[in-house]
Amino acid sequence: MADSKRADFSLIKKGILEENPVYTSALALCPTLAVTVTAVNGLGMGIATTAVLTASCLLVSLLRNVIPNAVRIPIFILICASFTTVVQFLLQAYLPALNDALGMFIALIAINCIILARMESFSSKNPALNTTFDAIGMGLGFTLALIIIGIIREFIGGGAFLGFALPEAFPRTTVLALPPGGFFVLAFVIVIFTKFRDKFFSGKPKPAKVAVGGGCASAKACPSADCPAKDEGGSS
Amino acid sequence: MSNHVDTPVLANPEFAKTRRNMSYVLIALAPTTLVGVYFFGISALLVVLVSVLSSVAFEWIYQKLAKKPITINDLSATVTGLLMGLTLPPSIPLWMPVVGSFVAIIIVKQLFGGLGKNFLNPALVGRGFLAISYAAPMSTGFRYPLTGWLNVDTVSAATPLLRVNANGVAPVSNDYIMALFGNIPGSIGETAAIALLIGGLFLLITKTISWHIPVAFIGTTFLMTHLLGEHALYQILLGGLLLGAFFMATDPSSSPISPLGKILFGVGAGVLVVFIRLFGGYPEGVAFAILLMNLVVPLIDRFIKPRARKVSE
Repeated sequence: MADSKRADFSLIKKGILEENPVYTSALALCPTLAVTVTAVNGLGMGIATTAVLTASCLLVSLLRNVIPNAVRIPIFILICASFTTVVQFLLQAYLPALNDALGMFIALIAINCIILARMESFSSKNPALNTTFDAIGMGLGFTLALIIIGIIREFIGGGAFLGFALPEAFPRTTVLALPPGGFFVLAFVIVIFTKFRDKFFSGKPKPAKVAVGGGCASAKACPSADCPAKDEGGSS
Repeated sequence: MSNHVDTPVLANPEFAKTRRNMSYVLIALAPTTLVGVYFFGISALLVVLVSVLSSVAFEWIYQKLAKKPITINDLSATVTGLLMGLTLPPSIPLWMPVVGSFVAIIIVKQLFGGLGKNFLNPALVGRGFLAISYAAPMSTGFRYPLTGWLNVDTVSAATPLLRVNANGVAPVSNDYIMALFGNIPGSIGETAAIALLIGGLFLLITKTISWHIPVAFIGTTFLMTHLLGEHALYQILLGGLLLGAFFMATDPSSSPISPLGKILFGVGAGVLVVFIRLFGGYPEGVAFAILLMNLVVPLIDRFIKPRARKVSE
């Protein structure tokens, strides 16, 4: 954050991919495992959290020079809880079915650790615009993580795809809809996500492998999918 | 690909030991498997075969993909597959053992580091996964023995445990003989107590397993059911208790090291079995009892360390 005044759109991408809160930091596992029995629940939870996250991070960022350092955590929680209450009332009024499905996990957004982590590590040190981008990125990353897990668990565990039931003959592997299944699916998704991310979206200056091989001069330009292959052929 | 020098797998003494122990377990399971196939016919044979073959296949696939030495020749995947197959009801769709093998071999065994690194019994997790996921076929796939060798249709039968514990029917002397020789509905490998006892004795005599876990496990179950006023002998002859006590609870990588620890492990498993059978929602609890005790093994090993002199064999 050398130049923290400038708007940095890449913060959005960073929250979704490089620093996905669920898949890379294992934050907010409680709602992740609890509500992802269906994809729609995951989407609802993700959007509700994103809304609270963006609003509270923005407010924290605006107030960052006013909040006394010694009592910042209670103030963060207070801000977050206020927005959570607003979101909960809105859900109760306009989407009662979703509200019932998510149950107490809506109220628990107030102590969602992604929100606290972002407020503590980013919003309280950065201006409003970048904070908003960061919050939206993290919120979308969380939402995406929940939807992916939700789709898999709904499909294999509940025998439905986005709410449409599959034929009776399709076996329901019930355990995936239960809490242990949440852990299984999360673990497998993290493995695949990490592999995928390191291959295509790594922001780190990682491709040492490519450089050593020397077969790929324009390593940055070529789609990294076929670079390792060339590398293996060229080295040794 | 694998041009790096590695110890030839067959020359590895650890490998040879595993292979010998695993072949002893296979020999010990032979009577049980034969009796199961005799009583439940072709469908039981298919369940066991699919279970074994898919276990070995998953082991091979994983080791191939992970570029590890292929060790399917150590027979450990064969044993896992056979044990899991024997815990299944004879009339279940044949893709279910494949799912179970995937869970047992890939998730429980290989992802945690392969042979000797699993902290749960792979075969039992495979079975537990199926029992929780497909509750209906897994609890109605039982049928009466000798109801047609080629019969693969499910004519659901209540297992004796369900009769005794849930429906409160007292066993008569003929029931004991039936349980001993296997003429009862149940999972493929839990029908004949005598075949399991022969296999267990074989393992004890060849020193493949030590006596501590089976004796503590079966003894505790007997004592507790007796004290609670049940038909204790019938309770230990039935269900997966003998199979679990001799073949599953004794898995070296998921049971305690020290003799005292093994006894504690067996007692704990016995207590859990009795609680699940008599007070729980499932008619049979051997699988879950052993799995729960598997989880306690690190604790047991931490507090009851084997004596130092035992290390030098």
